[in-house]
Parts: sequence; structure tokens; C-alpha cells
Amino acid sequence: MNETTFAGTPAVPMTGAVADSFVVDGVRLGSRLIMGTGGAPSLDGLGAALVASGTELTTVAMRRYSPAETGSLFQLLEDHRIRVLPNTAGCFTAKDAVLTAELAREALETDWVKLEVIADEHTLLPDAVELVDATEQLVARGFKVFAYTNDDPVLALRLENLGATAVMPLGAPIGTGLGILNPHNIELIVSRASVPVVLDAGIGTASDAALAMELGCDAVLLATAVTRAQNPVLMGEAFKHAVIAGRLAKAAGRIPRREHALASSAMEGRAEFL
Amino acid sequence: MNIRLNGTEQSVADGASVSTLVTQLTGRSIGPDGRAADGRKLGVAVARNAEVVPRSQWHATALADGDDVELVTAVQGG
Repeated sequence: MNETTFAGTPAVPMTGAVADSFVVDGVRLGSRLIMGTGGAPSLDGLGAALVASGTELTTVAMRRYSPAETGSLFQLLEDHRIRVLPNTAGCFTAKDAVLTAELAREALETDWVKLEVIADEHTLLPDAVELVDATEQLVARGFKVFAYTNDDPVLALRLENLGATAVMPLGAPIGTGLGILNPHNIELIVSRASVPVVLDAGIGTASDAALAMELGCDAVLLATAVTRAQNPVLMGEAFKHAVIAGRLAKAAGRIPRREHALASSAMEGRAEFL
Repeated sequence: MNIRLNGTEQSVADGASVSTLVTQLTGRSIGPDGRAADGRKLGVAVARNAEVVPRSQWHATALADGDDVELVTAVQGG
């Protein structure tokens, strides 16, 4: 089967409990996959992968304007009518994150922000103290904060109580592709949250995204897993279906895990062979 | 006079406004409301001495010698 036929597969019909779309801050998104734009080697390739993934929301970073580089990403997203979620990637302090969010709001005319305050470049893990401080400040300034956080149920609830619009726990450190290292914590976060939970970071392949949805997450955010895949367009489409499959499975209700085998074929009425 | 633009020393005309600077850099004509004259979104923001200058103020904000200006836009990022 070649890529063209694969990409032409009709969308999975959504029925019942899963016909629901993802609503965040009163905005209805047709896909529960949020695709970041980081890591793509070319804008053309990125555009094709975004379209294949079916995403309706994508992250961007704010960096110094360079006249030489304007192609531009901003125009690409406008052309595809994909809503933009600016991030504060690269910020190590609440102060920098707040200023970056203010610049993003001004440049992109959205008060949505993916708040990312990292502790160091080696782990890229969120700095909980700065994250809490920044969330408080940004909420006070009218931002809709999508807080990128550790997979810590206590911290996630704190962020929600501070007014975060969505909490986005990591599956594993950014760019590692290690999947969801602590599924139990993700389930705990989901079970206590009243705001959308978005699994963010660490996704390696489609099954990781399906698992996130099976654990009860409202959406999945990923970039590298698609943009650095050998075939980003195909991987984008794989994630589109993975998120749908995981959501359907969660709604359907999985069977309980058992220690011993349980036959699904009746023992009565078997033919007897003498 | 000289300002620092995105980390690099740059000379600009005395009394130049933020609007003038954005026009020079982006090559887009900008109205008094800080929006592009061609009607398309500009997608850039300006911080002057670590404070955001709202686009509505670009026209009225004159740069001063020694100002530190950051002009940013959206780029690829997770």
C-alpha cells in the first residue's frame, strides 16, 4: 500500500460518547491531537505533516525576527487555518516566561499560552516553583494558561487551582520519545482534574498517544515524534488515528485485567473424538 | 542615535518611532493603529527595555539613544 492510498483512507466515523470534540476555553477543536511545529527540517514538510495529522491547534515558539528567514511559519498556519498556541520555550524564570507570553499575545493576537518554564537544558524538566509563580502572574494578566508540568498530581491540581485553563503533564522528558513513564500518575491527574488534561512531551510513537487517551487524557500534544519521524506525513496520520482509537477505547471501557486465562469459547457442546 | 536591536548595535534616525523601525525591518507599511496597511497580520511584537510596546503605541513611541529593543515573531517550536 503506498502513501497516497493510505492518506486517502476515510476518517473513522465517530459515534456516541466519542463524537464529542475537544472543548477548551470554550473553543471547540475537531481533533484531540495538538501538534507542535518544532523539529521539522522544512516548512513544506511541516505543512504536509500538520495536514495529515488533522490537528487544529499547533504550538510555536517566539524568537528574534530575522528578515532572511521569513517564509513564514505564521503565514503557513494562517493558510491552513490552524489555531496557534504560542509557547514560552527556553524560559528559565517566571519573569522571562511572562514577558515572552506578553510578546506572543501581542504578535499573534491570542491570550492562549503554553507555559513552559524549564529548570535546565539537560533535563528540560519544568521548574515547579517558577511554573507556579508564572501561572499566577499570567492568570492575573488575563492569559489562558496551558501549563506544561511534571507528572505530579499535587502540582497539577495546584496549577488548576491557580486558574490554569489546562494542565499538560509530561509523559517523559521533551524529545526523548520514551512514552509515558508513569501511567499511574497520569491517571491520578486525570481523576482529580476539572480542567482538560493534555499529555505533553515524551511521546515516541502512535501507541503512546493511544495509551494517553486510554488513561483518560483529553488530548495529546507532540512535535518531535512526527517532525523527526522517518516519514512525518505518515506518522502524522498514524497519530491522528491513535488519538481517536485511544479515545474510543476509553469510552468503550476495557476488560479488567485477570491473573488467569478465561476462555471465550464455551466448553459445553464440544464434539467428542473417540 | 544608536539602539540595540535583537542584540546588535544599530543606528537609527533621531526621533525614529517603533513603527518606523518595524517598517524598516519587515518591509511592510504600517498604519497608525500598528497594523499592516495590506490588511494581513504582521505576526511580530516589540519589547523596549524589557517592556512590551503594544502595537497601538508603536506610532507614538519614539526610540531613545541606548534603547534595548527586541523584535520577535513566531518560529517552529514544540
